[in-house]
Amino acid sequence: MTADTPRKSPFVRELLGRSDYAIIGDIVEPRTKVLDLGCGEGELLAWLAANKEVEGRGVEIVGAKVSRAIARGVSVHQSDIDEGLADYPDRAFDYVILSQTLQETRHPRQVLREMVRVGRRVIVAFPNFGHWKVRLSMLFSGRAPRTRLFPYEWYDSPNIHFLTVQDFEELAAAEGLSVERRYFLAGHRKIVVMPNLLAETAVFLVSGK
Amino acid sequence: MIVESHTVRFDSLPLDNGATLAPVDVAYESYGRLNAARSNAILVLHAFTGDAHAAGIGHESGKPGWWDNSIGPGKAFDTNQYFVLCSNVLGGCRGTTGPSSIDPATGRPYAMSFPVITIGDMVRLQKMLVDHLGIGKLLAVTGGSMGGMQALEWAVSYPDRVVSAIPIATTTRHSAQQIAFNEVGRQAIMADPDWNGGDYYSGKPPARGLAVARMVGHITYMSDDSMREKFGRRLRDKDTFSFGFDVDFEVESYLRYRGLQFVNRFDANSYLYITKAMDYFDLTSGHQTLNAAMEAVSARFLVISFSSDWLYPSYQSQEIVRALRSRNCDVAYVELQANYGHDSFLVDVAEQTNLVRGFLASTFEKIA
Repeated sequence: MTADTPRKSPFVRELLGRSDYAIIGDIVEPRTKVLDLGCGEGELLAWLAANKEVEGRGVEIVGAKVSRAIARGVSVHQSDIDEGLADYPDRAFDYVILSQTLQETRHPRQVLREMVRVGRRVIVAFPNFGHWKVRLSMLFSGRAPRTRLFPYEWYDSPNIHFLTVQDFEELAAAEGLSVERRYFLAGHRKIVVMPNLLAETAVFLVSGK
Repeated sequence: MIVESHTVRFDSLPLDNGATLAPVDVAYESYGRLNAARSNAILVLHAFTGDAHAAGIGHESGKPGWWDNSIGPGKAFDTNQYFVLCSNVLGGCRGTTGPSSIDPATGRPYAMSFPVITIGDMVRLQKMLVDHLGIGKLLAVTGGSMGGMQALEWAVSYPDRVVSAIPIATTTRHSAQQIAFNEVGRQAIMADPDWNGGDYYSGKPPARGLAVARMVGHITYMSDDSMREKFGRRLRDKDTFSFGFDVDFEVESYLRYRGLQFVNRFDANSYLYITKAMDYFDLTSGHQTLNAAMEAVSARFLVISFSSDWLYPSYQSQEIVRALRSRNCDVAYVELQANYGHDSFLVDVAEQTNLVRGFLASTFEKIA
């Protein structure tokens, strides 16, 4: 498995309180068109618009979050991600972002296909279910794992599809997607070896054929 | 803020049905100041029974405008920043030419000889007004219900004149249910002997028919929840049933009152013509699909619907949004949680205000 070797610091700064956002903020080229799925209150899109002159759109299911996003000037529409992409024409965006939400979708494979259809490039960030703490939690407790990244009781969890770094690599390969870049994080540290075991969060930049 | 209505006369207006109306008066009001670049004009489009008096206190009536909670200094449509314009629709009875106006050919009211008009005709007349005022591009066109239909028509018919559109609680075309309610209203008016084939201007207006039409309308503008909250099964000034057909329930009293009140301010023939225009409205007409109809649209959109609005349900707003997205247009959409049914866009405006304010500010910034 390959990983980008950090040139300067193994630490990643935060963007809007999140290290995966910092990576996404770096990846996105200026003056591009970006769709953020599960965009919440539109913080990332507002940042990209202000700092990279990005033309942003968002999809969010929770009405109150949609309202706050629109009130800050971000074009967000209220919809379910599983259904919300069908209307967009092919290649409508330069980037389609799905941050910490793939594991919450009902049909992740279909969502990924749709993202690749409407975007030239796709950025997926997700919590790694293969992290050693998750493995140990399950091994020793004998219960559904609970860690910093998976803090929920099994019956309250929004996560309905658990995936690991290795799982995503295999799905991307099965879908014929090319992984352009991969980033692995544990807290604010970049992980360079054994990401499937050591990464809490993974960020992939992929594109279709 | 005391406001005055103005009227401007145009020589003629070509109509969708092939006829020409000549001359045509348009009543309008405006609030705030047009900036030097003429880039801050917002056209507000009224719903079915509204008029040009959208905001402020009427010079003669002493009454607040129909959207006074949303238009004014510091409000959703902030008149400290924007120039807000509203005109009475074609076919109306509040200053703009309609069936109650005098036909210059006969010297008598048009009545049923008034041509059948469309939403497109209303918008064509509004564009003449906007041209007359020297406004090139409108920063926004907005309105709820039939006002939303006009906003959509503007964005489709005059794409290079509209920077953004805010259609609220509206549709690209009436469903069978919406046409049905309008037809009940029309039949109530036409069944009143005082309607007299529309020729009642020298005698008694069809007050009973028009009042019944309005009562039906009012029911469709509210929600089950808001009616339960407002009236429940409460009795009106009594503890027991009258065992008769006078008013027993609060809700009966309310509807009768609103019906009678309406008769004093609205013309029955305008009711017929305007409801017909709404029923005829179909943004897809002349196109294969709604997506194709949106082809020329370049405006940025904010589409709003309300959870308890069963007259213009959210799925109709979502149809607009889907068509816009298929054209890759810039569109924001939210269904607001509100209990007041279709009336929500007029009465429950706190959250709507935040949305509109943010949307307008970011749109204005983009063109600056």
